[in-house]
Amino acid sequence: MPYAGRLTLYFFLTPVLLWLFLLIVIPHIDLFVISMQVENDDGDMVWSLLNYQAFFEEKIYWMTFVRTALYAILTTLLTFIITFPVAFYITKVLSIKYSGFFTILLLVPFWVSELVRIYGWMILLRESGVFNHFLLQLGLIDVPIEMLYNDISMVMGLVYTSMLFMVVPLISSLEGLDDSLIEAAYDLGASKPVIFAKIVIPYILPGITSGSIVVFMLTLGNYLTPNLMGGKNSLWFTEQIYNEFIASFNWNQGAAFGFLLLVLSTFIIWLGLKLTRQNLSRALS
Amino acid sequence: MIRSLPSGKTYRYGYLLYVSFFYLFLFSPLLITCVLAFNDSNFPGLPWEGFTLDWFFADEQYRTGVFHDDRNLSALWVSLQTAIAVSLLSLILGTMAAFLFEQERFPFKQPLFFLSLTPLVIPGVILGISILLASNTAGLYFEEHWGIDIEILRPSFWLVVLGQMSFISTFVMLVVSARLKKFDPALEEAALNLGATRPEVIRLITIPYLKPALIGAGSVAFLMSFENFNTTLFLIGSDTTLPVSLYLQVRDGSTPLINAIAFILIVSTSLLALINLLASQRHKDE
Repeated sequence: MPYAGRLTLYFFLTPVLLWLFLLIVIPHIDLFVISMQVENDDGDMVWSLLNYQAFFEEKIYWMTFVRTALYAILTTLLTFIITFPVAFYITKVLSIKYSGFFTILLLVPFWVSELVRIYGWMILLRESGVFNHFLLQLGLIDVPIEMLYNDISMVMGLVYTSMLFMVVPLISSLEGLDDSLIEAAYDLGASKPVIFAKIVIPYILPGITSGSIVVFMLTLGNYLTPNLMGGKNSLWFTEQIYNEFIASFNWNQGAAFGFLLLVLSTFIIWLGLKLTRQNLSRALS
Repeated sequence: MIRSLPSGKTYRYGYLLYVSFFYLFLFSPLLITCVLAFNDSNFPGLPWEGFTLDWFFADEQYRTGVFHDDRNLSALWVSLQTAIAVSLLSLILGTMAAFLFEQERFPFKQPLFFLSLTPLVIPGVILGISILLASNTAGLYFEEHWGIDIEILRPSFWLVVLGQMSFISTFVMLVVSARLKKFDPALEEAALNLGATRPEVIRLITIPYLKPALIGAGSVAFLMSFENFNTTLFLIGSDTTLPVSLYLQVRDGSTPLINAIAFILIVSTSLLALINLLASQRHKDE
């Protein structure tokens, strides 16, 4: 816009620069700097790689890291497998009259705080919970079973919390898919698996990518669900960070863990974008 | 297969069954939480002991209802204040960023735009700890070199606001940009030709055009802030927000009091969602 003066440019640019540099760039540089320092015997901060060395030497640290990464990938996959049929049903199978209503119904639970949703699952699944009450009443079991605090309940909770971020991009890309493409393939004799593999999935790949990126990132950084629904042994990497910061008060170690988590999430997102040939701005908007 | 194509009975009913199960899975935790808020029992579970409103209104030794529970009420108040501050500030910042990237030309625009997207892909825990570390470093620096103690740099209400703003602004920016892209610049040019100044054009033409996006982004920003846990956890001072306070209570065992709070949250957020939806629907019809 030629008539827009320099003044308007600076008016918009200054707050944006302040935001990005003061709240994003500098804090992350500081995170890295602090992760490269340790306190020596005199109480001074000195440069060192000890924090990273501790990560690779202590089995529990890197095991938790690998576990968290693998479970986050598993959660992303499961979220896609569970929500894709629903997204397809709403956009392509259900009568158009109802599809708006069912889409909205899908969104409602996610307006409610994650903590409330997790709490609901805790009431349902725990030893004295609602499921056990019904199973006992029906005489299917004699003693209550603990269904909470294991890896399965944790993954289920993670899938439940992140479904929305997968289903919304899936629905919007499926809405763009012209039905006549599927009809043409059907008329030419393609079977259902072929139609899905050759037409539907390739068409909605951008939607799958953006959904997967957000779900993966949110799962990796989740603290509440693994903490409240996972067992004593299902430690999540964010819990390690929390322990270093709040319990052990070893901020340097915590910063190193935080930086490693940042590297992991950046790497996997980059890989996802590369494999599907997308860029970040397209995937997010 | 799809609406216009024939499909077998097994496929149709099997599919319907799956989708029904999905919706059951989606709503069962919320429904059970709401129902048990009215159970006359000291433990949030079955059997059903009868209907009561004690968990909302009671003020007895062993039963304190939500409206007499100071701990949760003050946490709720802190959360509301935080959410109002964050949604207003992010709305201003995000809209300015949208104007910057949609309408201005300047060097390094692409890298800066990329940078402005990153807060949405950085895990919230990391945003929290890095802002905590940086504010602590800055606070120490100011104290050692200039001997001044800056309140805002210690875990506090305003640090939480800054932390949440850092990523909610990106969200606002994306929503406002999407609408700004569809804006016809001829409208602005006409106003400018008729003698309006640039600030006048923005105030009288562009902002009214953006209103639906601003309302939508503002209400989602409000909810994102109100519910935030990961980033807030590290930046919080003595004023606990509701999600953090609830987390501590749920972790240490719970009473139906939590269900009553959850009930209030579920009902009020659903109402807010509904209002937001109707507003956007009305706009679509226009």
